[in-house]
Amino acid sequence: MKQTTNNEILKIEKLKKYFHIGKDKKGPIYVRAVDGVDLNIKHGETLGLVGESGSGKSTIAYTVVGMYRPTSGQIMFKGKNTGMEASRRSLSSKKEIQIVFQDPGSSLNTRQTIEQILALPLRIHTQIPKRQFREKIVELLEKVELSPDYLYKSPSLIGGGEKQMVAIARAMAPNPSLIILDEPTSALDVSVQAKIINKLIDLQKEMNLSYLFITHDLSLMRNVANRIAIMYLGKICEVAESATFFEKPLHPYTQMLISSVPVITEEEKKLKPKKAISIGEIPSPVNIPLGCSFHLRCPYKMSICSKVDPEMIEFSPEHIVRCHLFAKLENKKQERSD
Amino acid sequence: MKTKENILLNIKDLHVWYRVYGGFLKVLNGVHLMVREGERVGLVGEAGCGKTTTMKSILQILPPGDFHIPRGQIFYKGQDVLKMSFKELQRLRSREIAMIFQDPTAALNPVFIIGTQIGDVIKYSSAVLEENVHQQEKIKMLSIKTLKEVSLPDPERMLINYSFQLSGGMKQRVCIAMAICSARNLLIADEPGTSLDVTIQDQIMRLLNELVEKRNTAIILITHSLAVAREMTDRIYVMYAGTIVETATPEILFKNPVHPYTKGLLASVPKISGGGISNGIPGKLPSYLNPPSGCRFQPRCEQESPICSEKPPQLFEIEKNHLVACYLTQR
Repeated sequence: MKQTTNNEILKIEKLKKYFHIGKDKKGPIYVRAVDGVDLNIKHGETLGLVGESGSGKSTIAYTVVGMYRPTSGQIMFKGKNTGMEASRRSLSSKKEIQIVFQDPGSSLNTRQTIEQILALPLRIHTQIPKRQFREKIVELLEKVELSPDYLYKSPSLIGGGEKQMVAIARAMAPNPSLIILDEPTSALDVSVQAKIINKLIDLQKEMNLSYLFITHDLSLMRNVANRIAIMYLGKICEVAESATFFEKPLHPYTQMLISSVPVITEEEKKLKPKKAISIGEIPSPVNIPLGCSFHLRCPYKMSICSKVDPEMIEFSPEHIVRCHLFAKLENKKQERSD
Repeated sequence: MKTKENILLNIKDLHVWYRVYGGFLKVLNGVHLMVREGERVGLVGEAGCGKTTTMKSILQILPPGDFHIPRGQIFYKGQDVLKMSFKELQRLRSREIAMIFQDPTAALNPVFIIGTQIGDVIKYSSAVLEENVHQQEKIKMLSIKTLKEVSLPDPERMLINYSFQLSGGMKQRVCIAMAICSARNLLIADEPGTSLDVTIQDQIMRLLNELVEKRNTAIILITHSLAVAREMTDRIYVMYAGTIVETATPEILFKNPVHPYTKGLLASVPKISGGGISNGIPGKLPSYLNPPSGCRFQPRCEQESPICSEKPPQLFEIEKNHLVACYLTQR
């Protein structure tokens, strides 16, 4: 076991995050945003976390950076438990985990210049003397292909793509080893998105970074992530390497997601599962259905699905799925008809 | 001049400017767009390229006082919309053209129940209603019928709900119901799935497609996603900085894109079959205050030549159903 832990930069075990929203006769009401999640990220890897809105993917991100305290479960970062809110973490562990938010318009302070924005992480997390700040900031801007002219600009005067580049430079400033990207390009156009994604991939190689990439865009994940985890109502449905993931999606929800992605070539169209077309909507995380949380929308529903919550099954190495269909398969070794 | 019978909407050389401090934002610079009866047309372009401005000028719902139309014509059934009287415009908006907006949360009023909002649309747009005693019941019946058509569960109860009690997908279905509850000839859908999840977007698109086919309504689908346009439409217009740069059927456009902008855009789309993403298109949209005098894509174009900065290229038919506005094709 020890060898695997060395290889992993982040290990999330049985993570739960409930939000208390009120009371009724039966007792307190909780939003079960994250409900028992196991995940791990290896060194230098990109893990894509995909799900619909309300599935709890951002809650995981915020818990990992320490914006929330987990209800239960552990977050192991480089072998050390970091499952607490940021105010109780050591400065050195905060330096290691950085985040880029979805909307750069609200994550950058418009009252500050870009120089001021980028100076803050340097002041807090590095030992660089103050007189060398400018040099370092210009270096950071060069990393994200922005010219030194941007030093004195305000974020309100530059475009969305450039703003996100500044946010990325800010996350890179303390020299972290894990960056959480919370839908970094979903507010941007595709041509701008392409530029940012390529920059992120280059920086990952250059600085040996690990990414937790959160998004709802499956086709983007295919081109960025090494492994993909699908999340539905606070639980992980399926984890696999990104190529196998699209060639052989197992979980009915994964199939539904892939079949919903609009595509531009015939080659891609062949990858889309035919049977699992999208029906229904994601239920509220206050009333998670009994049994498998997906059974209300599932085209392969069985009687067991509404009673028993399925376990995680290792279908093949590095391919984990949480569905009763494959529990049966394991016993009988049957081929699933599609 | 009388236009051909089967052409429903024909926009010719439309220019729209917005008045701002320091001059005019020259947003639309000669838009040509044509919709035949029962045709599904896609209008694709990135944020800020003038898609919504084009659509709003069809209905004349641009911000009053702030815009100026120096040139252009919009023919709807052979009649110029820009020359219509207020009464004719009201008729156009209520009986002929319906619009679905991007954000259903903003499109529905949270202080009125759904029933009132749909009822109002039916009351002011439907020709079948006459002054009689059973009007209220007839409106209710029609509302329930349309809500059923957009596959909303339990339509009777839906009528007494407020919009904030519904999910995003359900709200968008209500908006679609409001758009289709009276027989209209043209539906304008402005990014109907963008604010929704992929699975819900897929459902909404399938629903729209079904309804349009069943009723033989023409639809203009505005989207920033080439993939959505490919799956939904008969013909695609690609727009860049207030001009139409290329138009073709989806089969032709995706197999043989000609304009450098279309090519760059197509290469930027991530594919589920993998293979990485290109580097995008360098540069950004030009300022509308002082746009380039020639082709508006010229500052970002890798194949520019001296003629490109002189005067804007016109749409040119390079094969059947395939028009491109680029000097590369005209040499």
